[in-house]
Amino acid sequence: MWDPVIGLEIHVQLNTKSKIFSPASTDFGSDQNTQACAIDLGMPGVLPVLNEEAVKMAIKFGLAIGANISDNSIFARKNYFYPDLPKGYQISQYEIPIVEGGSINIIIDGQTKTINITRAHLEEDAGKSIHDLYPNETAIDLNRAGTPLIEIVSEPEMKSAAEAVQYLKNIHSLVRYLGISDGNMQEGSFRCDANISLMKKGSEVLGTRAEIKNINSFKFVENAINHEIQRQSDILDNGDNVKQETRLYDPSKDETRSMRSKEEANDYRYFPDPDLLPVSITSKLIEDIKSNMPELPSTKKDRFKAQYKLNDYDIDILTNNRELSEYFEKTIEGTDLNAKTTANWIITEVLALANKKNIGVSEYPVSYKNLKNLLSNVQSEVISSKQAKDVFERMWNNGEDAQYIIENEGMKQISDTDELNKIVDNIIKNNYKSVEEYQNGKDKLLGFFVGQVMKETKGKGNPKLINEILKVKLKK
Amino acid sequence: MDKKTIIKIANLAKLEIKDDKLNDIASSLEKILNLVDEMNGVNTDDVTPMSHPLNLKQELRKDEVKEANQRDLFQKDNENTDNGYYKVPKIID
Repeated sequence: MWDPVIGLEIHVQLNTKSKIFSPASTDFGSDQNTQACAIDLGMPGVLPVLNEEAVKMAIKFGLAIGANISDNSIFARKNYFYPDLPKGYQISQYEIPIVEGGSINIIIDGQTKTINITRAHLEEDAGKSIHDLYPNETAIDLNRAGTPLIEIVSEPEMKSAAEAVQYLKNIHSLVRYLGISDGNMQEGSFRCDANISLMKKGSEVLGTRAEIKNINSFKFVENAINHEIQRQSDILDNGDNVKQETRLYDPSKDETRSMRSKEEANDYRYFPDPDLLPVSITSKLIEDIKSNMPELPSTKKDRFKAQYKLNDYDIDILTNNRELSEYFEKTIEGTDLNAKTTANWIITEVLALANKKNIGVSEYPVSYKNLKNLLSNVQSEVISSKQAKDVFERMWNNGEDAQYIIENEGMKQISDTDELNKIVDNIIKNNYKSVEEYQNGKDKLLGFFVGQVMKETKGKGNPKLINEILKVKLKK
Repeated sequence: MDKKTIIKIANLAKLEIKDDKLNDIASSLEKILNLVDEMNGVNTDDVTPMSHPLNLKQELRKDEVKEANQRDLFQKDNENTDNGYYKVPKIID
């Protein structure tokens, strides 16, 4: 009966060293209020000066989504009162944002869909309110105040929570590829607001929307949107009207609730900030940034398909994270390692241990060089893939390298044909009856012989080689 | 200008306005709006729009940290601080 219409506003903290309008540090987790300087505090007489790097990062993002970069971008004051906003206004952009237009592709059920982006503008982040520190007061930490953000506003073109999450994931992957944000959702470097309304099936008229604020995980975005779609359709099914309002998602209860205080404040009275002049962006600067763009996720996906012949599932996992895709490529680089085997190893073994400890690629205790060595030993059948899994766990847990473990544990597979021939001869001699049965057509007995050889070699015989030798010798 | 609009603007600006002042303020604001209307009547077809009175471009700053921690100085004259935090009346939403 109802079709959801979803638009997202994504706030991305840019990873500059200093703030957008002041030379105070942006480090996360410092002692409260030690990184809030006079400009961030909105002391009288201070002037904001725009950070060059923040501008460049915004341009980089704009170029990556094929947007227009404005050569005469202006800053505006967004006025509202809240204790974590010391000036009583947030410096943001309203008319002429730095990035206008552009789009990003998502893949939903195997189909490519383009999501258009309205704009992306630069602005400063607010401080933090901490409500549970004092019984009757709110504590304010202004370290975050003035941290540069880009706010990326999509067109209302997503039709389901799944599409919205896919779009969000693609933007998340993109900003990390570009190196303009760490994308850390727990620390609030990447968060989003969702605008949701329902439209009668077949209609062209948009319904009244509700905005859900500040959702900071992919799972919560999905839950919040699904919950909100259900809530609105219940209201509309009853013949009632959805109220235009701001709502907050509460993950502990899996519900959204109205934020009453925001109702009045939604009149921000934007006007151009007289403290800041229009920003001129030269075509030379744009060209410089263009020529230094890294390979983007969509290009890398296509290349992985052509170069490594991997399936979409593997490619998705490997390329969503730039560091992981580089780990894969460095492991395989300069070797004849099988791409699919290497991908499987990283996706199943490496990621399983990494996810258990919740660590990123830069913290992996097994370097790509060490993994390369291990996998080469498997491919050349020095050790079996089963042994390799044990070796890998030791490498991961104790930091030992592959070669050391293989040599010191006597793990090397017996791939010496002469040695195996001798063992096989002995077994044939001692199991004359079984040999006769095999030669009379009881093929299943091959497994018995393999087992005997394995027993003799204490499990170290190369199974492939043993099979080959047995088949030849048993024929006679 | 009606009273409701004035009260709304005052609320947004966190200003308290006594009832007996509303008429005065209404007529002052109307004068300002009339002036704006008068300006709107000027023909500006040949004038390039501008967002700033100075015909200059923004200078950009290098991305360098140059501010040291001066929390003690900033909080010296503020009684509503504790353990480095600023404290305000409880606001939750």
